[in-house]
Amino acid sequence: MTMQPELFKSLVKAAAEQVIASAAELTALDQAIGDGDHGANMKRGFEAVLGKLDAIGAQPLDEALKTIGKTLVMTVGGASGPLYGSFFMAAGEALARKQLPDDLADVFGSGVGAVSARGRSHAGEKTMLDVLIPIQETLKAGAGSPDLIERVRSTASEAAARTAPMQATKGRASFLGPRSIGHIDPGARSSCVLINAVCSTLEAQQ
Amino acid sequence: MNDMVGIVIVSHSKDIAKGTADMVRQMVGSEVRVAFCGGNPDGGLGTNVPGIIEAINSAWSAKGVAILVDLGGAETNSEMAVEMLEPERRNRVVVCNAPIVEGAVMAATEAAGGSSLEQVRAVAEELAAN
Repeated sequence: MTMQPELFKSLVKAAAEQVIASAAELTALDQAIGDGDHGANMKRGFEAVLGKLDAIGAQPLDEALKTIGKTLVMTVGGASGPLYGSFFMAAGEALARKQLPDDLADVFGSGVGAVSARGRSHAGEKTMLDVLIPIQETLKAGAGSPDLIERVRSTASEAAARTAPMQATKGRASFLGPRSIGHIDPGARSSCVLINAVCSTLEAQQ
Repeated sequence: MNDMVGIVIVSHSKDIAKGTADMVRQMVGSEVRVAFCGGNPDGGLGTNVPGIIEAINSAWSAKGVAILVDLGGAETNSEMAVEMLEPERRNRVVVCNAPIVEGAVMAATEAAGGSSLEQVRAVAEELAAN
Protein backbone atom coordinates (compact mmCIF):
# COMPACT_ATOMS: atom_id res chain seq x y z
CA MET A 1 0.00 0.00 0.00
CA THR A 2 1.34 3.40 -0.93
CA MET A 3 -0.14 6.62 0.26
CA GLN A 4 1.90 9.44 1.71
CA PRO A 5 1.26 9.81 5.43
CA GLU A 6 0.72 13.55 5.02
CA LEU A 7 -1.98 12.99 2.40
CA PHE A 8 -3.75 10.42 4.57
CA LYS A 9 -3.62 12.77 7.56
CA SER A 10 -5.06 15.60 5.48
CA LEU A 11 -7.94 13.32 4.35
CA VAL A 12 -8.75 12.30 7.92
CA LYS A 13 -8.49 15.88 9.12
CA ALA A 14 -10.77 17.22 6.39
CA ALA A 15 -13.38 14.49 6.93
CA ALA A 16 -13.38 15.01 10.69
CA GLU A 17 -13.56 18.80 10.45
CA GLN A 18 -16.34 18.67 7.89
CA VAL A 19 -18.49 16.32 9.96
CA ILE A 20 -17.87 18.44 13.08
CA ALA A 21 -18.91 21.55 11.12
CA SER A 22 -22.08 19.71 10.01
CA ALA A 23 -23.12 18.74 13.55
CA ALA A 24 -26.04 21.18 13.69
CA GLU A 25 -27.37 20.02 10.30
CA LEU A 26 -27.06 16.34 11.27
CA THR A 27 -28.82 16.98 14.55
CA ALA A 28 -31.67 18.78 12.79
CA LEU A 29 -32.11 15.83 10.41
CA ASP A 30 -32.02 13.41 13.35
CA GLN A 31 -34.56 15.47 15.31
CA ALA A 32 -36.97 14.99 12.43
CA ILE A 33 -36.84 11.19 12.36
CA GLY A 34 -34.55 9.97 15.16
CA ASP A 35 -33.57 10.98 18.66
CA GLY A 36 -31.65 14.13 17.74
CA ASP A 37 -28.20 13.08 18.88
CA HIS A 38 -26.46 12.19 15.60
CA GLY A 39 -24.68 15.55 15.21
CA ALA A 40 -23.41 15.65 18.80
CA ASN A 41 -22.38 12.00 18.67
CA MET A 42 -20.45 12.32 15.41
CA LYS A 43 -18.83 15.53 16.66
CA ARG A 44 -17.65 13.82 19.85
CA GLY A 45 -16.29 10.84 17.91
CA PHE A 46 -14.45 12.82 15.25
CA GLU A 47 -13.05 15.28 17.80
CA ALA A 48 -11.50 12.24 19.47
CA VAL A 49 -10.11 11.16 16.08
CA LEU A 50 -8.63 14.65 15.52
CA GLY A 51 -7.03 14.43 18.96
CA LYS A 52 -5.15 11.32 17.81
CA LEU A 53 -4.31 12.62 14.33
CA ASP A 54 -0.53 12.61 14.77
CA ALA A 55 -0.53 9.07 16.17
CA ILE A 56 -2.88 7.94 13.38
CA GLY A 57 -0.65 9.55 10.76
CA ALA A 58 2.38 7.69 12.13
CA GLN A 59 0.74 4.26 11.77
CA PRO A 60 0.69 2.03 8.68
CA LEU A 61 -2.51 2.72 6.77
CA ASP A 62 -4.32 -0.50 7.78
CA GLU A 63 -3.54 0.10 11.46
CA ALA A 64 -4.50 3.76 11.13
CA LEU A 65 -7.95 2.82 9.79
CA LYS A 66 -8.42 0.41 12.69
CA THR A 67 -7.43 3.10 15.20
CA ILE A 68 -9.99 5.47 13.68
CA GLY A 69 -12.66 2.77 13.93
CA LYS A 70 -11.86 1.86 17.49
CA THR A 71 -11.81 5.52 18.52
CA LEU A 72 -15.28 6.03 17.04
CA VAL A 73 -16.60 2.88 18.76
CA MET A 74 -15.32 4.07 22.11
CA THR A 75 -16.41 7.71 21.93
CA VAL A 76 -19.50 8.23 19.74
CA GLY A 77 -22.10 7.03 22.23
CA GLY A 78 -24.84 6.06 19.80
CA ALA A 79 -25.45 3.30 17.26
CA SER A 80 -23.41 5.28 14.72
CA GLY A 81 -20.28 4.54 16.79
CA PRO A 82 -20.28 0.78 16.21
CA LEU A 83 -21.56 1.30 12.63
CA TYR A 84 -18.88 3.75 11.47
CA GLY A 85 -16.38 2.05 13.77
CA SER A 86 -17.01 -1.32 12.13
CA PHE A 87 -16.62 0.28 8.70
CA PHE A 88 -13.11 1.58 9.45
CA MET A 89 -12.01 -1.49 11.41
CA ALA A 90 -13.10 -3.87 8.63
CA ALA A 91 -11.59 -1.65 5.93
CA GLY A 92 -8.29 -1.63 7.86
CA GLU A 93 -8.47 -5.39 8.25
CA ALA A 94 -9.03 -5.82 4.50
CA LEU A 95 -6.32 -3.35 3.56
CA ALA A 96 -3.69 -5.47 5.31
CA ARG A 97 -4.20 -8.02 2.53
CA LYS A 98 -4.86 -5.65 -0.39
CA GLN A 99 -3.20 -3.00 -2.53
CA LEU A 100 -4.33 0.54 -3.19
CA PRO A 101 -5.45 1.97 -5.50
CA ASP A 102 -6.26 -1.27 -7.37
CA ASP A 103 -8.30 -2.83 -4.57
CA LEU A 104 -9.99 0.35 -3.33
CA ALA A 105 -13.50 -0.89 -4.18
CA ASP A 106 -12.82 -4.18 -2.36
CA VAL A 107 -11.43 -2.47 0.73
CA PHE A 108 -14.36 -0.06 0.80
CA GLY A 109 -16.70 -3.02 0.24
CA SER A 110 -15.30 -4.81 3.30
CA GLY A 111 -16.23 -1.77 5.36
CA VAL A 112 -19.72 -1.67 3.83
CA GLY A 113 -20.19 -5.39 4.57
CA ALA A 114 -19.29 -4.80 8.22
CA VAL A 115 -21.84 -1.97 8.51
CA SER A 116 -24.49 -4.21 7.00
CA ALA A 117 -23.66 -7.06 9.40
CA ARG A 118 -23.47 -4.81 12.47
CA GLY A 119 -26.81 -3.12 11.73
CA ARG A 120 -28.39 -6.27 10.24
CA SER A 121 -29.47 -3.93 7.45
CA HIS A 122 -29.49 -3.84 3.66
CA ALA A 123 -30.01 -1.36 0.81
CA GLY A 124 -33.29 0.51 0.66
CA GLU A 125 -33.94 0.72 4.40
CA LYS A 126 -33.14 4.46 4.68
CA THR A 127 -29.74 4.16 6.35
CA MET A 128 -26.11 5.10 5.72
CA LEU A 129 -25.90 1.96 3.58
CA ASP A 130 -28.01 3.75 0.98
CA VAL A 131 -25.03 6.04 0.42
CA LEU A 132 -22.21 3.57 1.09
CA ILE A 133 -23.45 0.83 -1.27
CA PRO A 134 -23.84 3.13 -4.31
CA ILE A 135 -20.36 4.54 -3.63
CA GLN A 136 -18.92 1.05 -3.54
CA GLU A 137 -20.58 0.38 -6.91
CA THR A 138 -19.19 3.61 -8.37
CA LEU A 139 -15.70 2.76 -7.11
CA LYS A 140 -15.96 -0.63 -8.76
CA ALA A 141 -17.43 0.55 -12.06
CA GLY A 142 -15.23 3.63 -12.29
CA ALA A 143 -11.90 2.11 -11.21
CA GLY A 144 -9.07 3.85 -13.05
CA SER A 145 -11.37 6.42 -14.65
CA PRO A 146 -9.98 9.99 -14.67
CA ASP A 147 -13.22 11.48 -13.34
CA LEU A 148 -13.64 8.94 -10.53
CA ILE A 149 -13.52 11.54 -7.75
CA GLU A 150 -16.24 13.62 -9.37
CA ARG A 151 -18.36 10.49 -9.93
CA VAL A 152 -17.99 9.45 -6.30
CA ARG A 153 -18.94 12.90 -5.12
CA SER A 154 -22.09 13.08 -7.22
CA THR A 155 -23.02 9.51 -6.31
CA ALA A 156 -22.84 10.44 -2.61
CA SER A 157 -25.00 13.54 -2.93
CA GLU A 158 -27.59 11.87 -5.17
CA ALA A 159 -27.74 8.77 -2.99
CA ALA A 160 -28.22 10.79 0.20
CA ALA A 161 -31.04 12.76 -1.44
CA ARG A 162 -32.68 9.50 -2.56
CA THR A 163 -33.15 8.47 1.12
CA ALA A 164 -35.74 11.25 1.57
CA PRO A 165 -38.65 9.45 -0.10
CA MET A 166 -37.75 6.12 1.51
CA GLN A 167 -39.62 4.74 4.48
CA ALA A 168 -37.31 3.67 7.30
CA THR A 169 -37.47 0.03 8.33
CA LYS A 170 -34.28 -0.05 10.44
CA GLY A 171 -33.12 2.02 13.37
CA ARG A 172 -35.00 4.53 15.46
CA ALA A 173 -36.62 6.16 12.42
CA SER A 174 -38.53 2.92 11.72
CA PHE A 175 -40.73 3.66 14.76
CA LEU A 176 -42.20 6.52 12.72
CA GLY A 177 -43.32 4.26 9.87
CA PRO A 178 -44.63 6.32 6.95
CA ARG A 179 -43.88 9.55 8.84
CA SER A 180 -40.17 8.93 8.21
CA ILE A 181 -40.84 9.67 4.53
CA GLY A 182 -39.76 13.12 3.30
CA HIS A 183 -36.62 13.50 5.41
CA ILE A 184 -33.03 12.70 4.41
CA ASP A 185 -31.60 10.01 6.66
CA PRO A 186 -29.05 11.54 9.08
CA GLY A 187 -26.63 8.61 8.71
CA ALA A 188 -26.84 8.83 4.92
CA ARG A 189 -26.12 12.54 5.18
CA SER A 190 -23.11 12.10 7.50
CA SER A 191 -21.69 9.46 5.13
CA CYS A 192 -22.12 11.96 2.27
CA VAL A 193 -20.37 14.70 4.28
CA LEU A 194 -17.39 12.42 4.99
CA ILE A 195 -17.11 11.30 1.36
CA ASN A 196 -17.40 14.85 0.02
CA ALA A 197 -14.64 16.04 2.34
CA VAL A 198 -12.34 13.26 1.13
CA CYS A 199 -13.17 14.05 -2.53
CA SER A 200 -12.54 17.78 -2.10
CA THR A 201 -9.20 17.16 -0.42
CA LEU A 202 -8.11 14.76 -3.16
CA GLU A 203 -9.15 17.24 -5.86
CA ALA A 204 -7.17 20.00 -4.19
CA GLN A 205 -4.08 17.76 -4.30
CA GLN A 206 -4.32 17.21 -8.04
CA MET B 1 -20.67 -16.15 44.54
CA ASN B 2 -19.32 -16.94 41.12
CA ASP B 3 -21.77 -19.71 40.27
CA MET B 4 -24.63 -17.47 39.11
CA VAL B 5 -24.99 -15.76 35.73
CA GLY B 6 -24.32 -12.02 36.06
CA ILE B 7 -26.77 -9.39 34.80
CA VAL B 8 -25.88 -6.16 32.97
CA ILE B 9 -28.45 -3.44 32.29
CA VAL B 10 -27.76 -1.00 29.43
CA SER B 11 -30.07 1.97 28.97
CA HIS B 12 -29.73 5.32 27.18
CA SER B 13 -30.58 6.89 30.54
CA LYS B 14 -28.46 6.42 33.64
CA ASP B 15 -31.60 6.87 35.77
CA ILE B 16 -33.42 4.04 33.98
CA ALA B 17 -30.36 1.77 34.17
CA LYS B 18 -29.85 2.45 37.88
CA GLY B 19 -33.58 2.22 38.66
CA THR B 20 -33.81 -1.13 36.89
CA ALA B 21 -30.79 -2.43 38.83
CA ASP B 22 -32.41 -1.21 42.08
CA MET B 23 -35.61 -3.11 41.25
CA VAL B 24 -33.67 -6.28 40.50
CA ARG B 25 -31.79 -6.06 43.79
CA GLN B 26 -34.99 -5.46 45.76
CA MET B 27 -36.98 -8.22 44.06
CA VAL B 28 -34.28 -10.84 43.62
CA GLY B 29 -31.75 -9.97 46.32
CA SER B 30 -28.09 -9.17 46.13
CA GLU B 31 -26.64 -12.63 45.54
CA VAL B 32 -26.78 -12.15 41.74
CA ARG B 33 -24.18 -9.74 40.40
CA VAL B 34 -25.94 -6.83 38.73
CA ALA B 35 -24.14 -3.98 36.96
CA PHE B 36 -25.55 -1.17 34.88
CA CYS B 37 -24.48 1.41 32.33
CA GLY B 38 -26.48 4.41 31.15
CA GLY B 39 -25.58 7.51 29.16
CA ASN B 40 -23.07 8.46 26.48
CA PRO B 41 -19.37 9.13 27.22
CA ASP B 42 -20.23 12.75 28.14
CA GLY B 43 -22.98 11.73 30.56
CA GLY B 44 -25.89 12.72 28.30
CA LEU B 45 -28.54 10.34 26.97
CA GLY B 46 -26.98 7.51 24.95
CA THR B 47 -24.90 4.42 25.48
CA ASN B 48 -21.17 3.87 25.45
CA VAL B 49 -18.96 0.90 24.72
CA PRO B 50 -16.26 1.43 27.40
CA GLY B 51 -18.96 1.74 30.07
CA ILE B 52 -20.64 -1.46 28.88
CA ILE B 53 -17.32 -3.36 28.95
CA GLU B 54 -16.76 -2.08 32.49
CA ALA B 55 -20.24 -3.25 33.55
CA ILE B 56 -19.63 -6.70 32.01
CA ASN B 57 -16.36 -6.95 33.94
CA SER B 58 -18.04 -5.95 37.16
CA ALA B 59 -20.93 -8.44 36.77
CA TRP B 60 -18.59 -11.16 35.43
CA SER B 61 -19.25 -14.76 36.41
CA ALA B 62 -17.71 -17.97 35.12
CA LYS B 63 -21.26 -18.92 34.06
CA GLY B 64 -21.48 -15.86 31.87
CA VAL B 65 -23.33 -12.55 31.69
CA ALA B 66 -26.77 -11.68 30.30
CA ILE B 67 -27.25 -8.12 29.00
CA LEU B 68 -30.65 -6.38 28.93
CA VAL B 69 -30.96 -3.29 26.71
CA ASP B 70 -33.53 -0.62 25.87
CA LEU B 71 -33.51 1.01 22.39
CA GLY B 72 -31.49 0.24 19.22
CA GLY B 73 -28.20 1.97 20.02
CA ALA B 74 -28.00 0.14 23.36
CA GLU B 75 -28.21 -3.17 21.51
CA THR B 76 -25.67 -2.18 18.82
CA ASN B 77 -23.22 -0.82 21.39
CA SER B 78 -23.67 -3.88 23.62
CA GLU B 79 -22.95 -6.24 20.71
CA MET B 80 -19.86 -4.17 19.90
CA ALA B 81 -18.71 -4.32 23.54
CA VAL B 82 -19.10 -8.12 23.57
CA GLU B 83 -16.99 -8.42 20.41
CA MET B 84 -14.24 -6.38 22.02
CA LEU B 85 -13.88 -8.84 24.92
CA GLU B 86 -11.13 -11.45 24.86
CA PRO B 87 -12.14 -14.39 22.61
CA GLU B 88 -12.51 -16.82 25.53
CA ARG B 89 -15.09 -14.60 27.27
CA ARG B 90 -16.95 -13.46 24.15
CA ASN B 91 -19.16 -16.54 23.82
CA ARG B 92 -20.17 -16.35 27.47
CA VAL B 93 -22.03 -13.05 27.11
CA VAL B 94 -25.45 -12.71 25.47
CA VAL B 95 -27.63 -9.71 24.61
CA CYS B 96 -31.23 -10.68 25.42
CA ASN B 97 -34.10 -9.71 23.16
CA ALA B 98 -36.44 -8.75 26.02
CA PRO B 99 -38.03 -5.69 27.65
CA ILE B 100 -35.40 -4.11 29.88
CA VAL B 101 -37.13 -3.96 33.27
CA GLU B 102 -39.16 -7.18 33.12
CA GLY B 103 -36.32 -8.95 31.33
CA ALA B 104 -33.77 -7.95 33.97
CA VAL B 105 -35.99 -9.11 36.83
CA MET B 106 -36.85 -12.41 35.15
CA ALA B 107 -33.24 -13.05 34.11
CA ALA B 108 -31.94 -12.30 37.61
CA THR B 109 -34.59 -14.54 39.18
CA GLU B 110 -33.57 -17.38 36.89
CA ALA B 111 -29.87 -16.69 37.50
CA ALA B 112 -30.40 -16.75 41.28
CA GLY B 113 -31.54 -20.38 40.94
CA GLY B 114 -28.17 -21.31 39.46
CA SER B 115 -29.43 -21.72 35.87
CA SER B 116 -27.17 -21.71 32.83
CA LEU B 117 -26.69 -18.65 30.60
CA GLU B 118 -28.91 -20.18 27.92
CA GLN B 119 -31.72 -20.82 30.45
CA VAL B 120 -31.44 -17.27 31.80
CA ARG B 121 -31.64 -15.86 28.29
CA ALA B 122 -34.58 -18.09 27.34
CA VAL B 123 -36.62 -16.99 30.37
CA ALA B 124 -35.99 -13.30 29.63
CA GLU B 125 -36.79 -13.73 25.94
CA GLU B 126 -40.08 -15.50 26.62
CA LEU B 127 -41.33 -12.05 27.62
CA ALA B 128 -40.68 -10.72 24.13
CA ALA B 129 -42.50 -13.67 22.55
CA ASN B 130 -45.74 -12.99 24.46
